[in-house]
Amino acid sequence: MTTTTNHKKRRTRNGDPSGDLRGGPIWTFVAWTVTTIFFLPVAWMVLTSFHNEADAATNPPSPFASLTLSQYSALFDRGVQPYLINSAMASVISTLLVLTLAIPTAYALSVKPVEKWTDVMFFFLSTKFLPAIGALLPIYLIVKYVGMLDNIWTLIVLYTAMNLPIAVWMMRSFLAEVPREILEAAEVDGAGLLRVLWNVVRPIAMPGIAATALICFIFSWNEFLFAVNLTAVRSATAPVFLVGFITSEGLFLARLCAAATLVSLPVLIAGWAAQDKLVRGLSMGAVK
Amino acid sequence: MTTQAEERIDETTQMAQARSGHRWRRRVPLLPALIFTIVVTQLPFVVTIVISFMNWNILRPGSTGFAGLHNYATVFTDERMRAAVVNTIVMTASTVIVSVLIGLGIAVLLDRKFPGRGLARTLLIAPFLVMPVAAALIWKHALYNPDYGLFNGILNWIAQLFGMQGPTVDWISNTPMLAIVACLVWQWTPFMMLILLAGLQSQPGDILEAARVDGATSMQTFRFLTLPHLRRYIELSALLGSIYVLQTFDAVFTITQGGPGTATTNLPYEIYLTMFRKYEYGEAAAAGVVVVIGTILVATFALRTISSLFREEVSA
Repeated sequence: MTTTTNHKKRRTRNGDPSGDLRGGPIWTFVAWTVTTIFFLPVAWMVLTSFHNEADAATNPPSPFASLTLSQYSALFDRGVQPYLINSAMASVISTLLVLTLAIPTAYALSVKPVEKWTDVMFFFLSTKFLPAIGALLPIYLIVKYVGMLDNIWTLIVLYTAMNLPIAVWMMRSFLAEVPREILEAAEVDGAGLLRVLWNVVRPIAMPGIAATALICFIFSWNEFLFAVNLTAVRSATAPVFLVGFITSEGLFLARLCAAATLVSLPVLIAGWAAQDKLVRGLSMGAVK
Repeated sequence: MTTQAEERIDETTQMAQARSGHRWRRRVPLLPALIFTIVVTQLPFVVTIVISFMNWNILRPGSTGFAGLHNYATVFTDERMRAAVVNTIVMTASTVIVSVLIGLGIAVLLDRKFPGRGLARTLLIAPFLVMPVAAALIWKHALYNPDYGLFNGILNWIAQLFGMQGPTVDWISNTPMLAIVACLVWQWTPFMMLILLAGLQSQPGDILEAARVDGATSMQTFRFLTLPHLRRYIELSALLGSIYVLQTFDAVFTITQGGPGTATTNLPYEIYLTMFRKYEYGEAAAAGVVVVIGTILVATFALRTISSLFREEVSA
């Protein structure tokens, strides 16, 4: 609740205590009904993941069946770990690369803007609009040609490119909030570019950097199209595990729910932690 | 935030001082990202365009060569491709329209204070955060399954309350497109809701207060003040949503594999099939080019909307 209201406290009406409760309990009931309906599939997924297979596949459903952790232990016995490690590598390393590339770029677009910096920014943004499917074939052919199929670094490079535009956009709007006076003072004192970046810009921009990192992490963790087509055995990521899990084992509903919950958990936690920043990343910086 | 005026003064004075060496020093921090982006995102598209004019199927190794516009002719005349275009439009339009409408409703509900509002918002964005492949699998097996899926389970449970036997509807076979759209709407509504909620909360409070003092009803306030203010946020959410939903691959791949027949084959999935099942590289590339051009048309409007919001932010 301290989320979106915080940085726009002067202009909005959320601080306004009068009148907001018109309509009263009926609308509260409606709001909670809609919330329940939307959350139900997630709740059902999590609940079923703690059930036995026999209790998971009943009709009518048996939500109050006894709970067990056996589905999760079965997943780890079956070796979900390498997939999770691959996903973690692809998303964490690509996120670090994105930040390394995006922060100087955002600096050149906001703190010390180049001429026509809006054009540069819209170029970055426009690359995000190109559908990935249009690039899949040449990327597949190039990757195959250089012998990089089923290599986690292929995904790292692609995810870096995929998230760079969003990161540049988000970082630009965060860096634009760094007060000019501080930068000028630091420069008058003769501090070099790297020192200004590290000692002055970094502390102020840190929350923005964290939010950008979370968004990039979410997108690369969930990516499926490149992962399923460019990896096989060694570097398959969590979504590829999920799909293969169905085709190779037949259907185990409770275990499927456990697997789906497990692979969704990192993003759920990251997204909930950064929910106020989520909208800025998703709208490519257009909405704060 | 600096104002636009300050920015301009800043820029002009600096430009007056700057010689070209100075300007290049400013550009240096940009170059790694710029070069990386051009190499990884623009070059593949050049390759796609080249392949789209070629006759290339790895199952017929001898016949590789220049094909002129042949692949494009195939793309525009092929039954499957035409079905894929129609399916893509139906899937994208219905998902975006429905999720914008529901998202708007929820945003309005969440814009007023009520007990547990923060928790409700947290729960409501969960569908967007669940891994799309996981969401598709859960919808297919845990919700849609005719025997033990939750939807039939709830219907059966209600029917049993009245001493009847519930239906066993096979949702995916009966209404495949609806099955996919419902799953996509569930995933994308939180996204629309977040953007529209941000729009609602950016309304100037004094104007709404003035309307209230002047005796406007809440319906009038919504119709004549809130909706016009929200218009650009609605446009933005619809356009961004279109660009993302247009690329839907996970849900089709997982729930229906494009079937039955071509009933739910959208362009990304059809291109994928052309590439990795038929190995018609030239045709797949041509279809890719067509999709890119289609997206650019949508994206041009999106960029215009973003830049108008963006200019407002800079001058705010």
